[in-house]
Amino acid sequence: MAERPDFDDIPGTTVFTAQRSRQGFHLNQFCMSLMKPENRARFKADERAYLDEWPLTEAQKSAVLARDYNAAIAEGGNIYFLAKIFATDGKSFADAAANMTGMTPEAYREMMLHGGRPPEGNRSIKEGR
Amino acid sequence: MARITAGVTTSHVPAIGAAIDRGETTSDYWAPLFEGYEWSRKWIAENLPDVVVLVYNDHASNFSLEVIPTFAIGCAESYQVADEGFGPRPVPEVRGHADLSCHLAEQLILEEFDLTVVNRLDVDHGLTVPLSLLFGQPEAWPVRVVPIAVNVVQYPQPTGRRCYALGRALGRAIASFPEDLTVQVWGTGGMSHQLQGPRAGFINPAFDSAFLDRIVDDPEGLTHIAHLEYLREAGSEGIELIMWLIMRGALGERVTPLHRFYHVPASNTAVGHLVLEAG
Repeated sequence: MAERPDFDDIPGTTVFTAQRSRQGFHLNQFCMSLMKPENRARFKADERAYLDEWPLTEAQKSAVLARDYNAAIAEGGNIYFLAKIFATDGKSFADAAANMTGMTPEAYREMMLHGGRPPEGNRSIKEGR
Repeated sequence: MARITAGVTTSHVPAIGAAIDRGETTSDYWAPLFEGYEWSRKWIAENLPDVVVLVYNDHASNFSLEVIPTFAIGCAESYQVADEGFGPRPVPEVRGHADLSCHLAEQLILEEFDLTVVNRLDVDHGLTVPLSLLFGQPEAWPVRVVPIAVNVVQYPQPTGRRCYALGRALGRAIASFPEDLTVQVWGTGGMSHQLQGPRAGFINPAFDSAFLDRIVDDPEGLTHIAHLEYLREAGSEGIELIMWLIMRGALGERVTPLHRFYHVPASNTAVGHLVLEAG
């Protein structure tokens, strides 16, 4: 992984670099396969078996099975690709965002209705701003 | 000769498309958003262009990680609506203008903007939600569309400066098309939002407000915003705003703002919308 201390300084954010794209290539291509209805049906019928058809690491498979999107991102997943998993589950981007923030969907929706997560304190870890 | 008449900017949140497709536009949650587009829907009905050059980003729908073009131009007669995991949106197929596309690809590449030429392109919510916001639910879209796709998925995205320069070249290329056509250029995406990680839900109204001001009268200044600043100030997905700079570059030095709208939230996103008249 390339060293980007400035990127790592942004709280709660993973920048999808070319290196992460390499790390997550098969994971993201698996996600992309869920754009076909027949693949969604096969995945839903036996998630583990479907995942085993792809050259994924065990950590990547576990993240998908647990719908742990933060873990999937740590393993090279990109949110626009991971979206194919939660779309298959009938979930929205807001549901997935709640999952990643550790909030309930209701609490997350309430936060957004009140203007969202403020920039204050969320720009830089080092500078505390 | 073809002539650029106006520019439009708008966010392209998928949940907005879902709200339209499910008939929820008058719900308590969605009504304030759609009211902000009412003026624009009347305006465009009276000022219908022949073609919209629609700058958007593909969200892992047509382009997988196998090929990641920084800039791509659709050159087809029509574009199918992508299945993003829940079936394609129930919207008409998008009619292209292949002659204009081919002309633009040629002119832009000769001007040293090396766009990828795409002869088969399935378009996702990034392109169809802006059409739905402006045109509602017609049997067929009332305009032809030239799609220009920008990589915003994988870092490094093109710089704002490059996008603005591409926009200026795009304006010249449109103006040199020999057929009499009226053309609008739309820049989509944004505004501040973050869809991933513990910081998801990030919204920065002060940044957005300044961006809405400056895209009108200081686009050159906006080209100095670097990737890190977009990430910090607009959220990890807020960098989509670079696509507004392509629209703005194409419109030329001076524009007249006709309509401005800002709304939080649409799902995870701050929605910004402008209608700008060329000249």
